[in-house]
Amino acid sequence: MLRPEVRQEIEAELEHYPTKQAVCIDAMLIVQKHRGWVSDESLKDLAEFLGMSVEDLDGVATFYNLIFRRPVGRHVIMVCDSVSCWIMGYERLRKHLTSRLGIQMGETTADGRFTLLPIVCLGTCDHAPAMMVDGDLHRDLDPEKVNVILEKYQ
Amino acid sequence: MEKPLTQRIRSDGEVVDIGAYESTGGYQALRKALKLVPKEIIEIVKQSNLRGRGGAGFPTGAKWSFVPLGPEAPRPKYIVCNADEMEPGTFKDRVLLEGDPHEVIEGLMIGACAIEADVAYIFLRGEYKLAGQRLARAVEEAYQRGYLGKNILGSGRNLEMVLHMSGGRYMCGEETGLLNALEGKRANPRAKPPFPQVSGLWGKPTIVQNVETLANLSHIINNGPEWFKKLSLTPDGGTKLYGASGKVKRPGVWELPLGTPAREILEQHAGGMRDGVKFRGMLPGGASTDFLVEEHLDVKMDFNEVQKAGSRLGTGTMIILDDQTCPVGMICNLEQFFAQESCGWCTPCWSGLAWAAKMLEAIEEGRGELGQLDKLAYITRFVAPGNTYCALAPGAAEPLQSGLKYFREDFERHIREKRCPWSH
Repeated sequence: MLRPEVRQEIEAELEHYPTKQAVCIDAMLIVQKHRGWVSDESLKDLAEFLGMSVEDLDGVATFYNLIFRRPVGRHVIMVCDSVSCWIMGYERLRKHLTSRLGIQMGETTADGRFTLLPIVCLGTCDHAPAMMVDGDLHRDLDPEKVNVILEKYQ
Repeated sequence: MEKPLTQRIRSDGEVVDIGAYESTGGYQALRKALKLVPKEIIEIVKQSNLRGRGGAGFPTGAKWSFVPLGPEAPRPKYIVCNADEMEPGTFKDRVLLEGDPHEVIEGLMIGACAIEADVAYIFLRGEYKLAGQRLARAVEEAYQRGYLGKNILGSGRNLEMVLHMSGGRYMCGEETGLLNALEGKRANPRAKPPFPQVSGLWGKPTIVQNVETLANLSHIINNGPEWFKKLSLTPDGGTKLYGASGKVKRPGVWELPLGTPAREILEQHAGGMRDGVKFRGMLPGGASTDFLVEEHLDVKMDFNEVQKAGSRLGTGTMIILDDQTCPVGMICNLEQFFAQESCGWCTPCWSGLAWAAKMLEAIEEGRGELGQLDKLAYITRFVAPGNTYCALAPGAAEPLQSGLKYFREDFERHIREKRCPWSH
């Protein structure tokens, strides 16, 4: 069952679109905001609520990289791996993060604190290299700066 | 030098709120547009020679003229602001969205007047959180002042405006992929025709415009097409947000006359190359544009001149390659991006780009063979325009085909020495 507050937020979105399916991406992002990710159970509830098949909804879910179909850590780190950041030191940043956190890209630390993901160009190329943590943008990075930033996310 | 697009943007990074926007002439253009008939607005924009700033450079007024008008036209009609800035190396729309959201919103309203749109969607990439907060607030302010909703400023006209945060993926920035995403589907491209101007969102007439394109509209309506044309150094009207990233002294974004030479942007505005590195080449307008090299630096950065030099203006944000950076590694990074972001709809794209990325990885890691250079060149032809539904794969071919031309010796050296000469 969808929680009432989730249902309410989705219903508010429905007012802006002529079909129920149109809000399915918003709906999954709303669920994710409350629960961290979109589980099979949430997917089933949402599909029913939106009048879609579970398969169709999962087809949409798996297309969009900001929709998580697996559990993530308390904080999600997204490191830009596109061209300007690559020129300005992405590799060094990636090596530092993977060794400091002890995980590879796409993995979550054993204590559930961080999930590390690559992301395409964050549109802040004049301050490369860059990453986002939980939606906060961090720019002009080097390993020392990264260490200080990570401490803020417990 | 006039800088209409960025004139209000604050140096402290704070947003221009509705009070500041209105007190500097904001929403006067909307008032004018509400008194004009759609064809008059379209004619003004046509005369201004405004071309789309999203990358393709299609003339904006001409695009609008395909939308059916009048009482017989299908309703509702839609206008969409494409704020899905995801072209690697591009960071210009962010400046407008975060700095002066009302300028973009007013442009969207004027576009809506021109095509008699009933609903406007702002399609914003999910990672632009600050822009999202500021746009949401600006839309709310516009409703409160009666610029949106029913019977706008007593004109009898209606417009609803909705902010949609995207779930990610480069394909959403492609016009028809974006329409599918807004309908709650996978962002695969659609066949054209029918063009969105006739059959777009839910089969209704729809216009999709880039953020920077929309930001120009209030200034064109306020000051007229002749003024707009004079802003530019070339026949296409207006200023342009140019940018530079890579190892330059002062990477950034600057509003300059359209047609400003690349050398001026690089040397005067970006401050030239950092100490100890030399310029080797650049992608003039994002990841999906052909490399230009030293001999092209005097090219005027406008649509026609960059094309004559063998590339495209694209988004106008240059990515600079220096001599301490491996060109093969850079091209490998670009093709990995395009292969990953292929939506899987067209075989030349999903198959060809993945193959290209694999070969480039092999060459970069010292496992390459000379014959692979011909295969890479073959792939650039295999994904040429016309073989796929959208421009993702043809765009991916651009840095690869020009890279093979200008950096051939670097590719061969990787293969000969079985290593990347830049890795230590």
